[in-house]
Amino acid sequence: MSIAIALPTSGAEAVHTARRHVGDRVWKSVTWAAGITTILILGGVVAFLVIDGAPALSGTADTLPSHVSNIWRLTSPLLFGSAWSSAWALLFATPVGIGFALFVTQVAPRRLGTVLGSAIDLLAAVPSVVYGLWGLFVVAPVAARVYAWLSAHLGWIPLFSGTPSATGRTVLTASLVLAIMVLPMVATLSREVISLVPKTNIEAALALGSTRWQAIRLAVLPQAKSGIVAGALLALGRALGETMAVAMVLSPSLKISIGLINSQNPGTVAAFIAQNFPDASGLQINALLWLGLMLFVLTFVINSTARAVIRRQKV
Amino acid sequence: MKMRTSLSNAAKAAATIAALGLALTACASNEAPAATSTTDTTTASVTATVPALSGTLNAGGSTAQTAAQDAWRAGFQAANAGVTVNYDPVGSGAGRTGFASGSYVVIGTDDAFSATELSSTTFTLCATSDIVEVPAYISPVAVAFNLPGITSLILDANTAASLLSGKIKTWNDPAIAALNPGVTLPSTAVTPVFRSDKSGTTGNVTDYLSKAAPSVWTYGMVENWPTDLTGDAANGTQGVVAAITGAAGTVGYVDFSQTTGLGVASLINAGSPVAPNAAGATKTLSASTPQTGRSATDLAYDVNRTPSDPTAYPMIMVSYEVACAQYKDPANAALAKAYMSYVVSTEGQTAAAGNAGSAPLSSDATVASAVATAVAAIS
Amino acid sequence: MTRTSLAIPPLRPGRGARRADTVATIVMWACALIGAVPLVGLLWTTISRGLARLDVTFFTQSMRGVIGPGGGALHALMGTALITLAATVLAAPLGLITALWLVEEADRSSSPGVRRFGGTVRLVVDVMTGIPSIVAGLTVFALITLVAAPGTRSGIAGSLALAIIMVPVVARASEEVLVRVPEDLREGGLALGAARWRVVTKIVLPTARPGLVSAVVLGVSRVVGETAPLLLVAGFTDSMNYNLLSGRMASLPVYIYSQWQNKGVDAAAYNSRAWTAALVLVIFVLFFQVAARLIGRSRKETQK
Repeated sequence: MSIAIALPTSGAEAVHTARRHVGDRVWKSVTWAAGITTILILGGVVAFLVIDGAPALSGTADTLPSHVSNIWRLTSPLLFGSAWSSAWALLFATPVGIGFALFVTQVAPRRLGTVLGSAIDLLAAVPSVVYGLWGLFVVAPVAARVYAWLSAHLGWIPLFSGTPSATGRTVLTASLVLAIMVLPMVATLSREVISLVPKTNIEAALALGSTRWQAIRLAVLPQAKSGIVAGALLALGRALGETMAVAMVLSPSLKISIGLINSQNPGTVAAFIAQNFPDASGLQINALLWLGLMLFVLTFVINSTARAVIRRQKV
Repeated sequence: MKMRTSLSNAAKAAATIAALGLALTACASNEAPAATSTTDTTTASVTATVPALSGTLNAGGSTAQTAAQDAWRAGFQAANAGVTVNYDPVGSGAGRTGFASGSYVVIGTDDAFSATELSSTTFTLCATSDIVEVPAYISPVAVAFNLPGITSLILDANTAASLLSGKIKTWNDPAIAALNPGVTLPSTAVTPVFRSDKSGTTGNVTDYLSKAAPSVWTYGMVENWPTDLTGDAANGTQGVVAAITGAAGTVGYVDFSQTTGLGVASLINAGSPVAPNAAGATKTLSASTPQTGRSATDLAYDVNRTPSDPTAYPMIMVSYEVACAQYKDPANAALAKAYMSYVVSTEGQTAAAGNAGSAPLSSDATVASAVATAVAAIS
Repeated sequence: MTRTSLAIPPLRPGRGARRADTVATIVMWACALIGAVPLVGLLWTTISRGLARLDVTFFTQSMRGVIGPGGGALHALMGTALITLAATVLAAPLGLITALWLVEEADRSSSPGVRRFGGTVRLVVDVMTGIPSIVAGLTVFALITLVAAPGTRSGIAGSLALAIIMVPVVARASEEVLVRVPEDLREGGLALGAARWRVVTKIVLPTARPGLVSAVVLGVSRVVGETAPLLLVAGFTDSMNYNLLSGRMASLPVYIYSQWQNKGVDAAAYNSRAWTAALVLVIFVLFFQVAARLIGRSRKETQK
């Protein structure tokens, strides 16, 4: 194959090159502008939270929400609650999402795969209020019965300690509802990147006599890994930031506890802000914004750690 | 082949979007076109001699008042077709902040402005520092429970406080049995249900418990339920109702209008049990006096949680409507005065009672006239 | 993109491998069921409770002047359509172009400083996915207070808040798709003397189109059901508002939330309106997803 190299030798080609330079300059400025705008947006949000949240550091029991003596008494249990419920949600959603994506792209008959793949996107669009109502009226009552059984038979495990909640509105229930909410993020993104794996790789593995699972493990998953992780991080972001559904389904308190089935559940930052902002006044508003900032810091730490781990694995 | 497929696909997509786009231009059949400039005073205005009002009135605040505000706005807009009244149920705190900053002309708030707030806040839309603050929404708050087969119980303040704070562990406790002879109480565990969000209802309930049962309830009047108490924390009135409905043995405090299907307790006041009812709620307000040290148009009440009237229902929520005593902008003054007058009028209070289950002010002539006088001072 | 070397398994899979394959297939079917069951359950609940009010009145009336039963959600449906459209117009290009910058410019730059900067922007995008929706709302609320009268509420402010949530989702998902466009396609174009921007617009974007459309769909689905930020900055109204730039604008999630939270005495009427609004929102998104897929599909046939 011969490769044609364009050299500006004549007038027409000089115009072409000039147009290319203009085009490239426009391209460069537009794309750089986009990247910088994104950073500015985040910078704006962070600046707002820092400026308006800092006054809360000097708060006392009279001025802070829930009459806590200082802001850290709010921050620790709520950050724990956000991290704890999101971790469980991700633990449920990531494997199921990957399995779902693999099913839709590799195992299912073509029609079923397309329909199911598109249908899971619909799950992402259900309003969080409806998830809250569903969690409250459908999931919690069933969960209450399961928790009663768990407490009676497996109550010695620290996760199942304490009196089981009669209403079923616990961290485990909230995590389950969150898991269903974030499942589409993992499933869709995984499905997209799995379908972008060159079919020749998979066919080669199958032609060499591997089973479908071996082909998936060898040809598909390594190529799709970064996309799956991206889906999981998007899911984590949604889970950490989910406000309405958690507010309706979880019975929060300000205690750090790992019990999954009793009613002493750590609240989450997002739900706490939503539930206290309407009636907040004065320094209480600043405290809520400080909590938002702390959640940001948590997200930042988790994401940086995930990146560091991935980078180390690539080498 | 390629081109045809992509063209027909694009056509399908365009058709789908166009179908959606139709919704963007549709008109609502229940919204009459804007009022014309001719003043047809016989059908439009509330009073025949005032020219038709027009404009937008932005109000906001307490979420508890939303159903009542729906009724007030509907009635007021029906009588004044040129006016749009908006009510943002953003919460009492956000409402008070909004009133101070000028984003709301009139607000609803579960807590009256405190003395500290009044001295340190400048009200942007007001010409003077005086406000008109009147109780406009009075609602009985019920102790609701879920015990299969039992629709009502009798409780006194101490027992109610013990149940809600988790001191009583099972329903067949002697304290409850003593007040309810003849009722077979099950041995189900008691699960208290309370609000997880900061709320004026919680404030009113804890105020009642601290004044009527001070030996049992030691937390005072708080708007966030104490976090070291056991039980289920639910979001909003509806969350509490859902939690109580969802499990047997639960007990919580709910606005009486939302207790359909739940068991409701009668509270013992001045020796006799009173079931939650609108008339009884107004009687409690009648037995209360406005706080001292405030301006003549600021009727923030010190609610009497232990009224001596044996037919008064003591656990009530009083929510206020606030406006400037004197507005900088006469247009705001006209709209605010007209709206507030409607809100506190017999017609308005009856409409609210119909939609929100509140207790009409008009049941008590003294309170009603005091409120009307204060509202008439808006200018 | 790196090619993994395949560890070549024996020609006939052994018993262990076959067993593993069966187990894996069962697990994948189970995952599909676990995903499908709540989907069906949710849709069933929404449809069964929402059908009652799915009538002409619901689509031709607002809630102005309505107390108790009756009324509709036309104002909320229109509000959602306008606000989501504006949010998509703001966020989708920004997210896509940020992803393009990351993949085409920052990663391929000869300067390590630029590459590091690209890493920072990636981190920023990731952190942004974790913004609670209410914090995005509060930020826009504070921004509006700086530039306009306090308490100004408008549909466009709601779109801004939604855009803040949407941009990182679109950016991250698009990035994953763009990175997987085969390198030789780009190299071929460059070798033929095309400018960088032409390679992108004529080769990379069309190849990645289905994936990019899917990324935008993911972003829109993420924000269309958000309540808290819209309640804060777009406000609540029960009348029609045709102007995105001024005045409170209703939206379906806020409508559902307020019908649920602030019921009147006739609770059943409020409940059925809430569920019907939820059903309408799901149908609305379904229309949108179908339209998006139609736009994205035509190129996939030609990818081979």
